[in-house]
Amino acid sequence: MSPALNLGTKPLGWPQSYGEEAAPRMGFFTDTSICIGCKACEIACKEWNEVPEDNLVFSGQSFDNTGALSANSWRHVAFIEQNVPAATPTAEAELPEELRWLMSSDVCKHCTHAACLDVCPTGAIFRTEFGTVVIQDDVCNGCGYCIPACPFGVISRRERDQLPAAAGAEVAGLGTTHKCTLCYDRLKDGMEPACAKACPTNSIQFGELDELRERAGQRVQELQLQGAGEARLYGEDPHDGVGGLGAFFLLLDDPEVYGLPPDPVVPTRHLPEIWGAAVLAGAALAGAVVAAVAGGRK
Amino acid sequence: MSAAQNGGAPAADGYRSYYGKPVLKEPVWEPIVPAYFFLGGTAGAAASLGLAARITGNAPLARAATYVNALAITASPPLLIADLGRPERFLNMLRMFKLTSPMSVGTWIVSASGLASGAATALELLGRMPRAKLAAEAAAGALGPFLATYTAALLADTSIPVWHEARRELPFVFAGSSAASAGAASALLAAPPQAAAARRLAVAGAALELVATALMQRRLGFLADPYRRGSAAKLTASSGALTAAGTAGMLVAGRSRAGTLAAGTLLLAGSLAKRLAVFRAGFESARDPRYTIVSQRRRVERRAARSQPSSRR
Repeated sequence: MSPALNLGTKPLGWPQSYGEEAAPRMGFFTDTSICIGCKACEIACKEWNEVPEDNLVFSGQSFDNTGALSANSWRHVAFIEQNVPAATPTAEAELPEELRWLMSSDVCKHCTHAACLDVCPTGAIFRTEFGTVVIQDDVCNGCGYCIPACPFGVISRRERDQLPAAAGAEVAGLGTTHKCTLCYDRLKDGMEPACAKACPTNSIQFGELDELRERAGQRVQELQLQGAGEARLYGEDPHDGVGGLGAFFLLLDDPEVYGLPPDPVVPTRHLPEIWGAAVLAGAALAGAVVAAVAGGRK
Repeated sequence: MSAAQNGGAPAADGYRSYYGKPVLKEPVWEPIVPAYFFLGGTAGAAASLGLAARITGNAPLARAATYVNALAITASPPLLIADLGRPERFLNMLRMFKLTSPMSVGTWIVSASGLASGAATALELLGRMPRAKLAAEAAAGALGPFLATYTAALLADTSIPVWHEARRELPFVFAGSSAASAGAASALLAAPPQAAAARRLAVAGAALELVATALMQRRLGFLADPYRRGSAAKLTASSGALTAAGTAGMLVAGRSRAGTLAAGTLLLAGSLAKRLAVFRAGFESARDPRYTIVSQRRRVERRAARSQPSSRR
């Protein structure tokens, strides 16, 4: 899917468009089975990227006070408390249950077919040489189109009223949209993103996407052999509705339990249908005008 | 044990979610955006009506439609710019032309239509250079239908189920609504004997809008629930009632000034209410994770059933 119509020549896609600067596609593999919910990733991200403090709220529910990804939270640790059948049945209870916690650090998926990038009318959103998707804050004019375009609800616009009064004037990037850059600046210097660096259990793994996919495939097999039949990969398939994710996951339950869409599809996949209907409807309108004007001239 | 504590337990209607939180983000657009959809649509259809009236020699109707077009399109860019998070950067829209972004395509359509309409209106007011005026009217008239329908493509090219899954019908809803409002507004400005074509366009547009809306809601199935209940339901019902009443009024009493005034106002209000309803429905559709999760889950199940036909029945 070509991101821009360049009159005359067809623009080169990634990575050819980068010529000699082309790099392998980099990404995240988040293995949620070893996430301990420490939120070091959230903090490291905020520190490194100077993401402003949100209004600190107490959700009153599990340990998730971040709530969701947004312009001001580029990593979000989800906590899911579940009552599940106990692993070791006890004699006392007929249907023994135990509590299990699922924890998962969510992030921008850096989609192969990125809706945000496709619909951005200013070109502020672009694909880097690492195959990641980045918003240029100095080009974005805050039209907000990327926000409902994203099938994962990752992006939002940074508004003053979301920030504590104390954050005041020095907050950068007001009125424009923000999300994870996969630490583009660190990647340029050959460093790993701040969240992966800070993760104490290696739940967040950074590397070349091909290598991560291989590693993830082995990990899911290993878990299944250990009896975790519910372990599955999410977003590793290059043939899914978004062409696979640059940041994919190993989950222990259905994706929607973690707040992820079960079958995401990039809306621009249906572009021919969308434009086709718009042109047909325009033709119908023109026909109605002609009929209305001609109608009285019998 | 409360339901909230047992994360991912099925909700009453059988789907699972992350504590009922939304999967998608609601748009940040203000209601001036659907107001623009209404004005831009009216401007576009009026430009086409004006051109057709000019070609058939109905100068009074051509003038009325040109003025409707001018009023509506002049108000459009300020609304679009005001809704940006960084309005002073609106020119960044003109850095590129992107077919994958209906907003980008639309920016160029609005810009070109605005220039053509401005020229046509100025020459109409001055009463000079009829050929240049016809050329400007031709450009505005040719772009008009797409000015009316690209906004539907803009909504359809998002992940919001009530918009994206209506991608085949929504442009027809907007086309009909635009024809209704442009016909009504032009009939209000022209004398009734010359405005017959405008009245016919208003009635045809209203009929198209009502039929396309019904078809859209039927095809959407449960995804159309935001139109049936919730914040968009009242607007949807009002729009339908206003448009139906306006159509009837235009058919029965359109030949009189008072009849056109009443029926035209009803049609304009119905058209505006329709855009507001579609807009609000999108917010509802994004806010409630049920729409995203259930529709995608069904898709996954259909795919699984297709790949293993032997396991069925």
